[in-house]
Amino acid sequence: MRYLPLTQADRAAMLSRIGVDGVDALFRDVPKEAVVGRARFDLPDAQGEIEVSRLLSRMAAKSVAAGNVAFFCGAGAYRHHVPAAVDHLIQRSEFLTSYTPYQPEIAQGTLQYLFEFQTQVALLTGMEVANASLYDGSTATAEAVLMARRVTRKSKAVLSGGLHRHYAETVETMAEIGGEVVRATATPGKAEDLATLIDDNTACVVVQSPDVFGLVRDMKPIAAAAQAKGALLIVVVTEVVSLGLLESPGAMGADIVVAEGQSIGNGLNFGGPYVGLFATREKYLRQMPGRLVGETADTVGRRGYVLTLSTREQHIRREKATSNICTNSGLCALAFTIHLSLLGEEGLARLARANHARASGLADRLSRIGGVTLVTPTFFNEFALRLPKPAAQVVDALADRNVMAGVPASRLFPREHENLLIVAATETNTDEDCAALEVALTEVLA
Amino acid sequence: MSMNNQGRPTRAGEASGPELGTISGDRGLDHEEPLIFELGRPGHSGVDISDVQVSDARLGGFKRRAPIGLPGLSEPEVVRHYVRLSRMNYAIDSGLYPLGSCTMKHNPRLNEAMARLPGFADVHPLQPQKTVQGALTLIGELMRWLTTLTGMPAVAMSPKAGAHGELCGMLAIRAAIAAKGERRPRVLVPESAHGTNPATAAFAGFTVDEIPAKGDGHVDVAALKAKLGSDVGAVMLTNPNTCGLFEKPIREIADAVHAAGAYFYCDGANFNAIAGRVRPGDLGVDAMHINLHKTFSTPHGGGGPGAGPVVLSERLAPFAPLPLLVHDAEGFRLIEDRAELPEGARPFGRMSAFHGQMGMFVRALAYMLSHGADGIRQASEDAVLSANYILASLKDVMSAPFGDGPCMHEALFDDSFLEGTGVTTLDFAKAMIDEGYHPMTMYFPLVVHGAMLIEPTESESKESLDRFIHVLRGLAAEAKAGDVERFQGAPRFTPRRRLDETAAARKPVLRWKQPELKRAAE
Amino acid sequence: MSDVRYSDQHEWVRLDGDVATVGITQFAAEQLGDVVYVELPDAGHQVGKGAEAAVVESVKAASEVYAPIGGEVIEANRALADDPAKVNADPEGEGWFFKVKIADAGEFAALMTRAQYDAFVKEH
Repeated sequence: MRYLPLTQADRAAMLSRIGVDGVDALFRDVPKEAVVGRARFDLPDAQGEIEVSRLLSRMAAKSVAAGNVAFFCGAGAYRHHVPAAVDHLIQRSEFLTSYTPYQPEIAQGTLQYLFEFQTQVALLTGMEVANASLYDGSTATAEAVLMARRVTRKSKAVLSGGLHRHYAETVETMAEIGGEVVRATATPGKAEDLATLIDDNTACVVVQSPDVFGLVRDMKPIAAAAQAKGALLIVVVTEVVSLGLLESPGAMGADIVVAEGQSIGNGLNFGGPYVGLFATREKYLRQMPGRLVGETADTVGRRGYVLTLSTREQHIRREKATSNICTNSGLCALAFTIHLSLLGEEGLARLARANHARASGLADRLSRIGGVTLVTPTFFNEFALRLPKPAAQVVDALADRNVMAGVPASRLFPREHENLLIVAATETNTDEDCAALEVALTEVLA
Repeated sequence: MSMNNQGRPTRAGEASGPELGTISGDRGLDHEEPLIFELGRPGHSGVDISDVQVSDARLGGFKRRAPIGLPGLSEPEVVRHYVRLSRMNYAIDSGLYPLGSCTMKHNPRLNEAMARLPGFADVHPLQPQKTVQGALTLIGELMRWLTTLTGMPAVAMSPKAGAHGELCGMLAIRAAIAAKGERRPRVLVPESAHGTNPATAAFAGFTVDEIPAKGDGHVDVAALKAKLGSDVGAVMLTNPNTCGLFEKPIREIADAVHAAGAYFYCDGANFNAIAGRVRPGDLGVDAMHINLHKTFSTPHGGGGPGAGPVVLSERLAPFAPLPLLVHDAEGFRLIEDRAELPEGARPFGRMSAFHGQMGMFVRALAYMLSHGADGIRQASEDAVLSANYILASLKDVMSAPFGDGPCMHEALFDDSFLEGTGVTTLDFAKAMIDEGYHPMTMYFPLVVHGAMLIEPTESESKESLDRFIHVLRGLAAEAKAGDVERFQGAPRFTPRRRLDETAAARKPVLRWKQPELKRAAE
Repeated sequence: MSDVRYSDQHEWVRLDGDVATVGITQFAAEQLGDVVYVELPDAGHQVGKGAEAAVVESVKAASEVYAPIGGEVIEANRALADDPAKVNADPEGEGWFFKVKIADAGEFAALMTRAQYDAFVKEH
């Protein structure tokens, strides 16, 4: 077995040092009846790289890769170009195969990039502090709701209907234990009235912008309504590239901003691993979940970084911890940081404009098709179309023509909004892709 | 007040001896590296994107007004920055990583290549299901391996890390209790447990009651049984436990838990000691998460991402969260809608937006296929053999609190061999850094004083283990010989010496600020 | 002269009239190590004897501070927010935590005297 260095002679010598005559003696505390013979596992034996590679390559080939078709799926995961340098750098042994930086003297690399990451996230979201990342946008949203409860000591959470349905379900799963979760009805293309749902027992209002149908939302009235009742405004961003063109949630009054960071540095990966961004105001720092890196100095006065404020975390607070989380999304956060460093202020702004221009042009193009209407008046790189037919059928038919037209709203909202199609366009889409979508959609709807 | 006397000094201490200065501040291959924000210049970018102007018409009046504040750098500058940072890190690829309870084993690069196959990496989670059959097949195949190796009937794949898997298992237990119309608010957790166990139980709405450990490092079964009752929902146990010992009466514990009407949660963090040899399903386990990054070698990545599938017993399987993966005539299918549930399924909810950590799944399955069932068993045996070899080779100079018995995949020492030397566990560990090693896990588990938990894993050759043993024996001898300065001043040969954690926590500085902003804030 | 008493949870209480000042003992502060953060109760908060009233954190541990005596919190030592090191420098003086308007003087009388507390620490 190529990964196991010990030889039979080594094993014999080691057993002899230990003073037992076989490895079974080391497992003496394991009940005999629990030890399973090899034959009990209906699984293959070891295979070489060639065999494993062949098997998995054939398996992978049964999927249609986004890069091989005209591709317009979004709704929480976006296909952007990731510069080659990003994947090269995150595969450096010292990043890929290092442990959590609990020994700061030999983990300054990880600690410094996480400090840079925290700074980038705070700047992007317009907030004062950010953590070193959570699992993904959806779990970060659930953590934000729980944090709002700790801060306000109130229990009710109000979710906008424009919040990605899978996010809402994740929040409900985690937050219904400690209180009420109220979900507003989705109103595609329009902002619903959330103020009437906020009462004195409301801990937070959760609003996504751009929302799941692509709508860019005005956060200020919601912030005011929340503030009037002592509730926090949690803003969710699932397409983080939008922050290169749109006003930051912090500038619009958010108390907590959570985001899915996948769009920067990370591929689609069929849904994971992604990277959850989490930022808030400094005054709520102690209630924040997740790892934090802080600046300090070493014994000879040189600037350095350490994990800090860990008394909030499970390994010290145990059942009183702010969260049970004991990991961040380290390598995905690194990919985010490198990609954003490559982009810089100017690159991100250009990328965001390229996305908006591409989506805007596509929306014009598609809404000219007979029976198709644009539902979302304001958007970044994603919009909803009302089709004259159920969108799931249309998407299915277009997939056969090598066009992934988008995500049918009914995939997220079963048996609702059946004719709505959510279409995303990014810098990776060419004019040919857009033309292919227009032609195929016209034909299928004819 | 409640008090935790365990622990370590957290001040940096005094500097010892002047450093030889260089003009650049760098030292040979060791480069000092500023923050990315202190580099670059406005207007520059390391990505070429054509400059398209857009109208504001569809932005709703919310176009960004203020700049973000990101620096501008070219690609070579960015590459150099991160390469220099990387060189300040220890890594399993560069040395032995004896972190008990963390399992730093070799990360095969084949797995990285496989995870980047476009049919796994470049597919969207909400593409039409007929177009993602390759990805779904991979998940289905990994589920088959996990259920077969654990002897459990079902597995939930969406949890994103071990702790998330724990939460998933506890939420399934909570749902099962509710479905029976019972009220069982209490969860029993041994005091030697990893901190996530009580945190997870509390998160899932239970109250936590600790079970004491016995003097031999095992859970006190009599105390556990005495605490069982009709208000107990679950017992959470790690096996092999955090002292590196197998809880021999596990079947007896499981039977008692079940007789009391409760569920048996097993923390699978240490499954790597028994995989391929023991099936937790045969031991009466109801739920167990599997840290794919530990047992199945997906890379730690400096702290994540992980993946925490949780295997479930017959009694808990109906409560597994959405989405569910089923296989029928048309192939694999994800069920995301409650209206389409198979008979008997009563999912408790949803753990995250999509279907789990696909990128980690590919790496784990590549690991399994490479090892095969025989190789997985051999890996477990080698891990246990190597830990016992360390224990046998060090117990005369260090102190093993639980005596002569064999351990599982990790060897536990306490600090009694350092008594009177003036050297603490922390000092001892930091001196290991100067010797070129990452320290072992320290001050965990809490049940022994000044704990040092060593897990060599199956990835080390005998020569590597012998060298490590030689170094630790040497350090133990130096400590006993009174060379305190060697330890208290360590580490010396690192990018940074000991860092002041107290200062970091008293006045948290969690981000870079423009120098003028920083001054204004002060 | 005011009287100081001690709890078996390592808190001290100084009584001036019906106002009790509470902090942690020198022994506790030494055991904790460098204090980095103190979470204090708000004025107006009612605490029962033995209830969790504050949290004191070092880098490595977070410990609850229990009210050794019941009553209404009338003041918390806000200076600790800016300078938690006061808890280490002067735990039984400037490092006080909060003041309580006591409800039952009997609770105070039931606490340990200095001599009793010193003996208690020696035993444990």
